[in-house]
Amino acid sequence: MSLEVPADLEKEIDERITHYPVSKRSAVLPVLHLLQHHFRYVNEEVIEWAAAKLELEPIKVLEVVSFYPGFRQEAPGKYHIRVCRTLSCAMAGSYELMESLCEKAGIDRSGVDHHNPIAVSADGTYSIEFAECLASCGTGPVCMVEDDFYESVDDVDALLAKYA
Amino acid sequence: MSDLVDVQINGEWHQFPKGTRMIEACREVGAEVPNYCYHPKLTSPGNCRMCLVQMGMPPRPAPGAEPAQPDEDGHVPISWMPRPVIACANTVAPNMGIRTQGELTEKVREGVMELMLANHPLDCPICDQAGECHLQEYSVEHGKGEGRFREQKVKKPKNVDVGPRIRLDDERCIMCSRCIRFMDEVADDPVLGFTDRGSHTTLAVYPGRELDSNYSLNTADLCPVGALTSNDFRFQMRVWFMKETNTIDTNCGTGANITVYARQGEIFRIKPRQNNAVNSDWMPDSHRLSFHWINDEETRLTSALAKDENGNHQVVSNENAYAIAASKLSKFKGHEIAIIASARMTNEELFMVKRLAKHLKAKIVETVPRTGEADGYLISEDRNPNTLGVKTVLGLDEPGSQLESIKDDIKQGQIHALIALQEDLITDAGFTDDDLAGLDVLISSYPSANPTAERSDVVLPGGCWAEKSGTMLNIQGRLQRLNKVMDGPGTTEEPWEVVRNLQQALGGGNGIHSHMEIFKQLAEKVPAFSGVKFQDIGDLGIPLIETGETLPLLEREKERVAQGLIVG
Amino acid sequence: MSAITYKAGKEPHPNERRIIFKNVDREGWDQSIETYEGEGGYDQLKRAVKMEQGDITNEVKSAGLRGRGGAGFPAGLKWSFLPPNNTKPVYLICNADESEPGTFKDRYIIHQDPHQLIEGMAIAAFAVGAKLAYIYIREEFPQGAEILEKAIAEAHDKGYLGKNILGTDFELEIYVHRGAGAYICGEETGLIESLEGKRPYPRIKPPYFPAAMGLYLCPTIVNNVETLCHVRHIMEMGGEEWSKIGTPNNTGTRILCVSGDVKKPGYFEVEVGKVTMGELINDMCGGLKDGRSLKAVIPGGSSAKVLRADEIFTVGKGDDTKEINIWDIPMDFDTLAACGSMAGSGGVIVIDDSRSISWVLNNINNFYAHESCGQCTPCREGSLWMKKITDRLVADKAAPSDIETLDAVARNIDGQTICAFGEASSWPTESFVEKFKDELIADTNPELENTPVNAEKELAAAGLL
Repeated sequence: MSLEVPADLEKEIDERITHYPVSKRSAVLPVLHLLQHHFRYVNEEVIEWAAAKLELEPIKVLEVVSFYPGFRQEAPGKYHIRVCRTLSCAMAGSYELMESLCEKAGIDRSGVDHHNPIAVSADGTYSIEFAECLASCGTGPVCMVEDDFYESVDDVDALLAKYA
Repeated sequence: MSDLVDVQINGEWHQFPKGTRMIEACREVGAEVPNYCYHPKLTSPGNCRMCLVQMGMPPRPAPGAEPAQPDEDGHVPISWMPRPVIACANTVAPNMGIRTQGELTEKVREGVMELMLANHPLDCPICDQAGECHLQEYSVEHGKGEGRFREQKVKKPKNVDVGPRIRLDDERCIMCSRCIRFMDEVADDPVLGFTDRGSHTTLAVYPGRELDSNYSLNTADLCPVGALTSNDFRFQMRVWFMKETNTIDTNCGTGANITVYARQGEIFRIKPRQNNAVNSDWMPDSHRLSFHWINDEETRLTSALAKDENGNHQVVSNENAYAIAASKLSKFKGHEIAIIASARMTNEELFMVKRLAKHLKAKIVETVPRTGEADGYLISEDRNPNTLGVKTVLGLDEPGSQLESIKDDIKQGQIHALIALQEDLITDAGFTDDDLAGLDVLISSYPSANPTAERSDVVLPGGCWAEKSGTMLNIQGRLQRLNKVMDGPGTTEEPWEVVRNLQQALGGGNGIHSHMEIFKQLAEKVPAFSGVKFQDIGDLGIPLIETGETLPLLEREKERVAQGLIVG
Repeated sequence: MSAITYKAGKEPHPNERRIIFKNVDREGWDQSIETYEGEGGYDQLKRAVKMEQGDITNEVKSAGLRGRGGAGFPAGLKWSFLPPNNTKPVYLICNADESEPGTFKDRYIIHQDPHQLIEGMAIAAFAVGAKLAYIYIREEFPQGAEILEKAIAEAHDKGYLGKNILGTDFELEIYVHRGAGAYICGEETGLIESLEGKRPYPRIKPPYFPAAMGLYLCPTIVNNVETLCHVRHIMEMGGEEWSKIGTPNNTGTRILCVSGDVKKPGYFEVEVGKVTMGELINDMCGGLKDGRSLKAVIPGGSSAKVLRADEIFTVGKGDDTKEINIWDIPMDFDTLAACGSMAGSGGVIVIDDSRSISWVLNNINNFYAHESCGQCTPCREGSLWMKKITDRLVADKAAPSDIETLDAVARNIDGQTICAFGEASSWPTESFVEKFKDELIADTNPELENTPVNAEKELAAAGLL
């Protein structure tokens, strides 16, 4: 089954590619970002579509996808949460924040390992993962829900309520 | 000699051309630098860190200070850097110092080895690379001898079928990326890549894709460890039991230089042998794996055969076979005899054929052309290894052009006897039963059973390329040596011996006792070979005839050398 | 210009000198080009395009601007490494991959004052002869990327970008390129590989110095966000004048980001070297939390070597050396280097006596094990090894000899890798072991000596992985 990429998305992708007049290959990250934004994650179909678009062997796209935690290879929940795990946030309570988010969102992280960093709530509403430094160390603990950024997170209920 | 620079290696001064990589300079003076990722034919990522050495340069004078004065030999004292540098990608510079030994280098190598082995499975007893593994080799030379790694090792895919001819053990991979670079840069089929990152980095092909390039087995050669192994060779034989013979590939006119690994009359594998004028370090899989029929006892001809009065083949001694053949041939005049030889024969064999033809006054001497599509890399359109030899030694301008007239002559009763040497006329030369029906005598020599042999009155077992020595001329006009790997089975003789013996039985010719003797005569009688001595040819051959033919892969490598991307 | 006021509770500290952060948290300020132009925005670009390219580089050189990304390399000198008689295209890349833990300055520049960066880039591009520039922004700043794209479009509309900029034949396109979550992309050659669409494996240097062989193997200048912003202000003030800010060889202002165990973490733009660690922590950040005492400071992002609270440092040169304690360290490049650490990216992480050193080190080791690109052997194998040892350490599964191994592994990485990540990942361990060995050993168990460990299994069983 081949990937159905809407015409307007493909148009946007084609426009992005023009930002790299020297080498189409350079567009691999922006193209994947646009595809992930639309399809929620980057599966084999997405990789193969991007590879065909950029005239690359699919392995060269997989090399990139699997390198960056910014690309998800498994389906996330409706709202994907990233909690900063790194030192300043950890000192400010990010592990506790993670626990509390999991508890409130009904997420079981026991299956998480290096190869499966994302845990999804049973109802599919939320998914969560630890991220390394989100570069807001002065306002920890911080997290991102989708593209929204939250600092000094203490009220987990209020946060999740925005994404019900 | 302004482009030479003075470099001190382990205390001794040497001169090298500017731009020489440190690792090559060291190698040249016998100070071998261990390495995994470096390969002169590939770009240098500098990732394995095994080639770290200590480097020094003349000290830079402080602002306003006088530069250091040279000593009586003209060398400025070297100021050694506290941190090691990689020898693979750095080039020599005037008055540079390199230490491939000493405290810093040894400490660094030990450290890199320890880290290299941290997640390695250490499964040498069941690893096919054992005996030719650079991890083993350098562990002995530079390792610590004890492990401090107490953690659980990273788990990775094992026994992965990455392609029809290659198997991958990711736990053994040291991420040197040689195979990836080869497929990207040389084979133009970038199907290999690394997935994941950090310690979890994994060599992979894309799901559903295969490493199926006709050059895939070169990746197994390049792999310095047991990660990529050849399906064909793995677990067949421990490498230390095999005898290596340097010879050339005979599957096409390129004549790739190869090493054949054999034991007790059996070939186990073939690897390309570096020749920068011919095949670089590579060869196609199709050629490399085309040897199996040689080991096939079922189909090899192991003794001479002659037809009895009922037309059934009977085993006869070689001596009797030659006598029978000679007596049959002697019934015909030269103009009733044709010889079809082979462009798979060596120059020496062809010279003997020429001599035989002359003795018989044979009407026609011909060979069988063999062509296929050139692959744009190393496989040439000419699938015979010695067409140029046929042209030069037999003097045939257009080999194969007389095959049809031979058929006609047989049909019209002008040719009564045919000698087929190293060619199966029915399978390879387009002859039919009908074409051969008009013959009174058919004598053939070939390494294995074949339809032409079935129809032959006398069959003489002649050795294949691995069972004979001599020289061939490749499409570039390069004279190269074919070296005997092993004796042929049974009473098989080298083809030059077959021709000699047949001629002797026919009462012509004196004893020639070696292919080298033939070469000597060849050099005297064939102008193109004039003045060439057999021992001058060496392992890498010599250019003999200007043909203007080039090998696409080599041309591309030359370009990359010119761009400074590779050493070459 | 009316007096600048800042949002309540976000006022700059009196010790600050706001240049780059002048408009951050400013009352009535927004990201629009009109607001920026209203305060002389793009005036410096207008001046620059009428100047000789070399004169701009000379201004930057005379300013003594040192790169704000981490290495502190002189920016003007970097520009002058472009090969003479170059015929290839030149590229300018803004490194906005801000990812050194403890650093959070670019976020505010990009979100609140994007045109300052665009103008700085345009001037720099003019100076180095680049017609194509990219801003490599980390993936975790999605809004930042949008803001920058909007700012670029505005600048285009006003004729500050595109062809025939301000009526001259200078042309420049700037594109925003989003990363995808990799610390290694902060390394300039890793960033370039990433921008080429490959795995961000740093390149060996030599031969791949970006100024000579960078993006698409063409001459390329990679500068940090803060560095490029300074270019705009150097043009405004003149290099000489700008160089009077700060201290000799440590000129200008720089943004210090303080996080960890202080009452008021935050960002502070100060003249380089004019503020001491003590002033920074006690005056500007409100001091340590009540009842706590200082244990350690990581002064320049998590890869900087840790400073212990009770250390005495010998600083100064030649006859002019003196001994100082941690509180008296002026926050400049040279002094922090003399103290055995580095100013790095300006991220100051304060650690008080409530923290377990093993826990802190393990958190850092987790970061570097996760972020090691895996290209070269020492860092690939060593960073995970160190993490595994400290994982055991915090799980009470380590033996005293593990601390020695930990240190040995770090020293086998340090100085032996393709890029500076080797040092970044090994310096924390080296310095923590050197300075807190007793505390680390105290967290080990001698009974575990010589017993085989199966760390991951046990830790997983204990729910620690």
